[in-house]
Amino acid sequence: MNSLRPRLIEWLPAAIIIIFLIVAWEVLVEVLDVQRWLLPPPSVIFVEIFDSLGFLLRHTWVSTTEIALGFSISIVLAVLLASGIIWSRTVERTLYPVIITSQTIPIITLAPLLIIWVGTDIMSKVIVIVLFTFFPIVISLVSGLRSVDQEMVDMLRTLGASPWQTFRKLMIPSSLPSFFAGLKVAAVVSVIGAVIGEWFGSSEGLGWLMKIAGGQFQTARVFAAIVMLSILAMTLFAAVVVVEKWSLRKYPPTATRVIRLGD
Amino acid sequence: MNSAPQINHLNLETINNALLSFLGVGFDYEDASILEDVSLTVDRGEFVALVGPSGCGKSTILNLISGVLEARSGSITASGLSNRADRLGNVSYMQQKDLLLPWRSVAENSRLGLELRGVSNSESSTAVEKLAESFGIADELDSMPWQLSGGMRQRVALLRAVLPDNPVLLLDEPFGALDAITRSSLQQWLLNVLDTSNKAVVLVTHDVDEAILLADRVLVMSSNPGQISAEVKIDLDASPHDASVSTSSEFIELKKHILDLLGDHEVTQ
Repeated sequence: MNSLRPRLIEWLPAAIIIIFLIVAWEVLVEVLDVQRWLLPPPSVIFVEIFDSLGFLLRHTWVSTTEIALGFSISIVLAVLLASGIIWSRTVERTLYPVIITSQTIPIITLAPLLIIWVGTDIMSKVIVIVLFTFFPIVISLVSGLRSVDQEMVDMLRTLGASPWQTFRKLMIPSSLPSFFAGLKVAAVVSVIGAVIGEWFGSSEGLGWLMKIAGGQFQTARVFAAIVMLSILAMTLFAAVVVVEKWSLRKYPPTATRVIRLGD
Repeated sequence: MNSAPQINHLNLETINNALLSFLGVGFDYEDASILEDVSLTVDRGEFVALVGPSGCGKSTILNLISGVLEARSGSITASGLSNRADRLGNVSYMQQKDLLLPWRSVAENSRLGLELRGVSNSESSTAVEKLAESFGIADELDSMPWQLSGGMRQRVALLRAVLPDNPVLLLDEPFGALDAITRSSLQQWLLNVLDTSNKAVVLVTHDVDEAILLADRVLVMSSNPGQISAEVKIDLDASPHDASVSTSSEFIELKKHILDLLGDHEVTQ
């Protein structure tokens, strides 16, 4: 209970800024007499969210399912790829160019092709999400696994560790902090993947909703969908942070401490 | 005995009885010769110190004995194991840095060697608890490494190294990074811990005092390439546990002698 008050004060500047921006938006739209279909004031967006909450939640749920599936597949894929890259130079030489190339193709241009190849069911969206999210996870995981000290490896060898034991007891734990850094990027990007996937071939989900509402100039509804997407992304991010905090609970504070030059 | 390379100061009897024999060993690193025809043997219960200038290959000798590195020439046998890969895991080796895994508690770090051998957690924890008292870490078993002082971390590292109970123990500057007071108290403690262990111990150190205090024999090395240039038997009348031993005249004589031997090579190298 004691720590509640200081924590509220910590968040005060953020709250003030957000409230100020919302109020400024509301006032400016009124004062400048901006058309509702061009830019609705926050009050109208809140009313829209409130009125069609069930409808919004149903589409949010669709997007959440796609993201959960895509994100999980990405993690498994990234762990396999990163392990292979670390394990053998040949695997690294073979896989790295393919992985990099997959990221140079604009995924937006791939989305319509995916509809043709796999149809409009959930898989087309899941594939787009995987293409967006596996890359930051692989890169962060590889650099985490590479951060291991040769002296530590030798120490484990003198204790009789097999390569597999060294991987499990040293390399995986060493790579966790940067693995979570990659997961946080992927968590946020996965929401973009879902919107793009739905934009090109879907009949439900928040991305589809934005496209349809935008075409009908239901601008308040577009904003309502954006609000839901932001909440979804922040929740996902927060979930990763919770798992990270738990997984790294035994690590020295230096692994999680942030150096701030400003304070 | 096969036709071994020239072994200067050793005879066949000592070689056959030794727990650790390191005969005519050469080692190269990137075309540079690091060790050339280096030989030493260590008996059960004997403590040998290697002193020499930086870069003379002292630590390389330990890496070769433990099996981390492969020798170019010569033969190495520790506890009857002459194959490099077989020695890995069967020679206790405490490196210069403590190299504790930061995400493991003191107890979990200490039992790592047993864990890698497939000993169950409950069994290895019991083994750790049994020795924790004499290692002075009984109250710290649940602490994390980052909560410990440098001296405590070294104790944990040594416990981790000796717990698999291998007959050969290698120590690479175990107290090099510690302040003088902590170092001398840990030296006394190490003598006590090893007093009854009957291990063959090889200590690498920069510190001539430490070598005289702890070892039965001091091997002086020269560099470029690394070779053993002299052997000094340590036979002090005073007990090494005696606080005043390092100011006794015989101690100072020995120290002078060893420093002279080291100094010669500094000049001629």
